[in-house]
Amino acid sequence: MNKKTHDWRFAQANKEALLALGAYALYFVWWYVSAYGLGDGNPEQYSYVLGLPEWFFYSCIVGYPLLTVVLWIMVRFFFKDMPLDEELPDEDGQAAPSAELINASQANQTDQIEPAVEFKESA
Amino acid sequence: MNNTLLTMIPVVGYLALSFAIALWAKKRADSNKSSLGFIEDYFIGGRSMGGFVLAMTIIASYTSASSFVGGPGVAYRLGLSWVLLAMIQVPATFLTLGILGKRFAILARKTQSVTISDFLRARYKSDTVVLLCSIALLVFFMAAMVAQFIGGARLFQAVTGYPYIVGLVLFGITVVLYTAIGGFRAVVLTDAIQGIVMVVAVVVVLFAIINAGGGMEQCISTLKSIDPGLITPTGPKNSVPEPFILSFWILVGLGILGLPQTTQRCMGYKDSRSMHYAMIMGTLIIGFMILCAHLSGTLGRAIIPDLPAGDLAMPTLIVELLSPMWAGVFIAGPLAAIMSTVDSMLLLVSAAIIKDLYIHYKCGGDASKMTPVSLKKMSLYSTTVVGFMVFLAAIQPPDLLVWINLFAFGGLEAVFLWPIILGLYWKKANATGAIASIVVGVGAFFILTIMKPAMGGVHAIVPTTMLALTAFIAGSYAGRPVDKHVVELFWGARQ
Repeated sequence: MNKKTHDWRFAQANKEALLALGAYALYFVWWYVSAYGLGDGNPEQYSYVLGLPEWFFYSCIVGYPLLTVVLWIMVRFFFKDMPLDEELPDEDGQAAPSAELINASQANQTDQIEPAVEFKESA
Repeated sequence: MNNTLLTMIPVVGYLALSFAIALWAKKRADSNKSSLGFIEDYFIGGRSMGGFVLAMTIIASYTSASSFVGGPGVAYRLGLSWVLLAMIQVPATFLTLGILGKRFAILARKTQSVTISDFLRARYKSDTVVLLCSIALLVFFMAAMVAQFIGGARLFQAVTGYPYIVGLVLFGITVVLYTAIGGFRAVVLTDAIQGIVMVVAVVVVLFAIINAGGGMEQCISTLKSIDPGLITPTGPKNSVPEPFILSFWILVGLGILGLPQTTQRCMGYKDSRSMHYAMIMGTLIIGFMILCAHLSGTLGRAIIPDLPAGDLAMPTLIVELLSPMWAGVFIAGPLAAIMSTVDSMLLLVSAAIIKDLYIHYKCGGDASKMTPVSLKKMSLYSTTVVGFMVFLAAIQPPDLLVWINLFAFGGLEAVFLWPIILGLYWKKANATGAIASIVVGVGAFFILTIMKPAMGGVHAIVPTTMLALTAFIAGSYAGRPVDKHVVELFWGARQ
């Protein structure tokens, strides 16, 4: 982003959006190549995996778990935790460290968010 | 006890649970003293969704009757090719969350938006944009909700043998009441449970089918002997040509960003970790669910090969293969899918009436002019009244289920996709562009859908999306430049 952007969160958010789009493209390629690459021939000559035609096995059975793994890696290594509420201080140099402090304090509050089926008090 | 009653046990138990959740959510909402607090709570649940609920509510609001009955019904006729097509929907969750992303969540908080219309108002500062969107939302959502109700009631009738009206009353009233009483919290929590019910339902039926067909290998070779086209990626007699299937990458893949009931979820999560978690889990769960449901339809052909209509496939298979109790569990799946779509839409229609129309025009946009009590009453009444209108329309249903539903889906996309995306990522996007895109998009979609010109198998939504984009860009360059304050607010300038 250009220099007008003082809120570091937006630049990071843009990067993450592009990554999501990249994962979408990757899934498309996998889906397309395995389905039409392997499945275009005569059905009499198909090979089979676990009883299913090979093209179907790779495009549909393997495709989405693979995508999930890609997403996990993406989120784990390239996505950043960030506060969504706070107005941040704007001086370029100070924005990042202060945001990290907020991050840390947030992380403490929300230790076990993972399978939280119920709402937590936030108000 | 007879079989029908046995089938009803899981269904009724599940409906009762939905009520219980609504009452709990109401208690939470009642603790809010101010009008603004009430709006945040009733329409967006106080932005407190955790990762699991977020993943489930996106899935549940996205999947509908067609994912369980219509889709597998087509898969019954067209074989594995239609499962391949259905799998295009897998990115729905992560793409919605990822593309709108944290930017959208941050801006929704900054502008105190609880619906997509709020967001668009803050971005475009235009009554016309909001009015067009609200009208589109009312019309398309009403149509889609009626279609969902009809689908649910018909399915209920086919499986239990009770008359159409019984099913309609039973789950129609349930969904209207729990939504009206519990608001957003009730909607997303029931969505989470509905999501779990859906997953269980598809697994049960898929296993029953593979089992009845004598194993996967046997099923596939039976299909091949019925018609080799059933196991190719292009379908019997090439009925799923490539341009057609590729259009769905735009229709369901990208276009989901234009569905307000789904995108609104991206305003309501608690923190960035919830979003990360939901992107991963949501993708895995929706992939699993869609795969199982559609594969069930396809493989079902190997067991009962000669049904006159695809839509009968799932109900017939359930009745034939599952014990009454399990049939009840399965039927709860599509009912859940229907209810979870209807509840989200209902709440957004209500929000459009109250916030976009009533508060904006009667109170000059200031909710605090209303007392919390009257606001609460009004929200409850408006949700209930809209719900019962849909319910009444579904009693004497127009016979156009799939048609209306597909029309609504594409129409919503034509309206909302570009104003949301470009509003979020393009500084020059302005009201003129948004209005041009909405008018051209909806116009093009209507004309293309009704006239059906030959487009080599490409779905009408593809040219619609392109035309709407062109109109948006042209309009934005023709119109007035965007207000400085808006740019500062939306692009994170110095305070």
